[in-house]
Amino acid sequence: MSDMAISTTNLTKRFGDFTAVNHVSFEVKKAEIFGLLGPNGAGKSTAIRMLSTLSVPTEGSATVAGFDVQKEDGKVREHIGLVSEKMIMYDELTARENLKLFGKLYDIPNEVLNKRIDKLLMFVRMEKWADHRIDTFSTGMKQRINVIRALVNQPEILFLDEPTLGLDPQSTAEIRELVRRINIENRTTMVLTTHMMSEADMLCDKIGIMDHGKIVALDTSANLKRSISGNDTTLFEFEIPNLDTSIVSSVESLKSVSSVVRDGATHIKVSSVGKDSFDILVDALRKNGAQIQTVKNLEPTLEDVFLNITGHEVRDDASKTSAPTRRGGPHGWRPNKRVR
Amino acid sequence: MGVRRVLRHSAWICWKDLLEFSRSKLRLVMLILMPLFMMMMVGFIFPTGNTISHTPVALANQDVSVNSTSLGNGLVTELETVNNQTGMMDLRVATGYDEIKTMIQSGKVSGGIIVPPTFTSDILAGRQGNITIMTDQSNPQTSAMIQSVVTKLIEQLGSQAAERNLNQTYNISLQDAPTVLMPYDVQVRGIVPGTPNYFEFVAPGIMSMVVMMSLMTGLPHAISYEKDMGTLDGMLVAPTSRWAIILGKVLAQSTRGMIQGFIILLMAVLLFGVVIHGSILLVILLILLTVFSFVGLGILITSFADKEETATMVMMTLMFPMMFLSGVFFPIQQMPSFMQTLANFLPLTYAASAMRKVMVLGAGVSAITPEVVILGVFGIVLLTVAVPMFKRAMNR
Repeated sequence: MSDMAISTTNLTKRFGDFTAVNHVSFEVKKAEIFGLLGPNGAGKSTAIRMLSTLSVPTEGSATVAGFDVQKEDGKVREHIGLVSEKMIMYDELTARENLKLFGKLYDIPNEVLNKRIDKLLMFVRMEKWADHRIDTFSTGMKQRINVIRALVNQPEILFLDEPTLGLDPQSTAEIRELVRRINIENRTTMVLTTHMMSEADMLCDKIGIMDHGKIVALDTSANLKRSISGNDTTLFEFEIPNLDTSIVSSVESLKSVSSVVRDGATHIKVSSVGKDSFDILVDALRKNGAQIQTVKNLEPTLEDVFLNITGHEVRDDASKTSAPTRRGGPHGWRPNKRVR
Repeated sequence: MGVRRVLRHSAWICWKDLLEFSRSKLRLVMLILMPLFMMMMVGFIFPTGNTISHTPVALANQDVSVNSTSLGNGLVTELETVNNQTGMMDLRVATGYDEIKTMIQSGKVSGGIIVPPTFTSDILAGRQGNITIMTDQSNPQTSAMIQSVVTKLIEQLGSQAAERNLNQTYNISLQDAPTVLMPYDVQVRGIVPGTPNYFEFVAPGIMSMVVMMSLMTGLPHAISYEKDMGTLDGMLVAPTSRWAIILGKVLAQSTRGMIQGFIILLMAVLLFGVVIHGSILLVILLILLTVFSFVGLGILITSFADKEETATMVMMTLMFPMMFLSGVFFPIQQMPSFMQTLANFLPLTYAASAMRKVMVLGAGVSAITPEVVILGVFGIVLLTVAVPMFKRAMNR
């Protein structure tokens, strides 16, 4: 067998006219943590639902743990675990009862299951709370149980859909630590979706950036960052109190500028290419009457990678007045029109 | 996937559902309260046949005696004697029309009887003694009842008086009279011992209805709720057949429906004096058959109601006509004929009717064969439609 845990070919899902996932192809190596990164509605969850057999692809195919997700969905299910955005637990049952129910759905014999449940509870230091009802737990405790619940069948592949969504910073750190431990100790392959750049950066061996249903970049975090700083692209953030559209468009029209994003009323982020790009920028701004209050030279983050590739920032907020413009990024990719 | 595996998984899902249910004290209390309220409600608010019981009625005797004889007083005494035996009315003394009018308006009485001042003199002069019955027009049901009961009662007393007069005045004995107006002798006898009461009519219907509700509302609700909560994904992502999930839910819901059915049975017997004349085993088999005939409908609703809210709306729309048209609360025979035709298409009609025949009339299997066959066919037809629909809905 190959060392690939997952491979997809042109995986596509349409809901009516809307294409949620658009011809996505990628591979995930065994024991790797693969991150699908992108804003809400980018198609990450739909992709995970198809891989975990909860949704049937409209087009294309996917192999998970060596089985076809459509033809051998039963086999796939035996080898996967799912930590969904919504917690898969029954509030009125105890932690142990929840684990037991799901264990039983995998036909695990009693003795094995009971031992495994104890071990899993210990793994997340919840053994004291085993016989307490879920609804008495804090959100962080719930999520720990939710994660080990997906491990009762000792899956080869674990899907995590926004595992830290809605958690406080401490619980978020705990869950990230837990994900890493599971990966190291059990050599579990993981596919994780997140809209948080830092989370993907921290956890994932490989990152697929998704936007509008497509994977627009796929590499390690370091390579992705290098891809924008490598061709001497620099990212500046200007604070200009009298910022207006004419100033923005004057910056956009500069040859050295690859992308401009307006961030709020007074800030713009500009990525520009070339050694003298800063001077050109400042000259252009001043010529247009901009009063520059502060300037920051930003280190490239995944955020910038995303910005650079897609021409817009990772935002949930559609009402934000970001004016995405771009003139050919490093990969020559052009954004599709949003179908929704 | 093996049948045994499906059954095993469904048993676990059922266990989970029942455990969840039993953890909520409020839900447990409601399990008992719902049928209790239902029974009390329909048992007491609907008129129980053609008689009244302890209805407050005002009585004004304005009769002026002639030569110290007052036939009005005699009538009132007789009326009171009869009433004391039957307990139909609670008689309140009043002075006349205006006072009774006020009493009815203020809701103190539901009607009134007035013996006019000229009662004795009219009769002595050979005219009929007039008696006025006053009713509360705002309550047609009670008013009609009081009207009929009081009229009947007074006619009865009148015929007794006539007989007495015949005896005293003309000295003709009852046997010798050419035509005799005998006091009414009405005997009510049912085909089973004991006085029939409305609870006996309504308890079997409510039992069938609760079983229906648990499948029609409980099942779609249980599944769409888990869908909304995201917990359904946990089961779908496990190597568990879709059928195990729905079967587990059906098991849990039917168990709940049956428990509730038995609570109703118990309450009917202990609190409302219902006597069960048929076999309990047949009652249980009928409940199972009712479950079967409604499973398809429940699955069908589940399949096309993607959200809990949609499911609730669909259920409500279907359930209310079913509840009121299926002869659970009112006999179908009382409905207009087009409604009766409609009722014939509802499975609950047959479930309730069969249950009633067995419980109240002590019917055996042969007497309810048509109902059993119809329920079975209903179940099979609905399942044939529902199964492919459910498969499609689950593969979205």
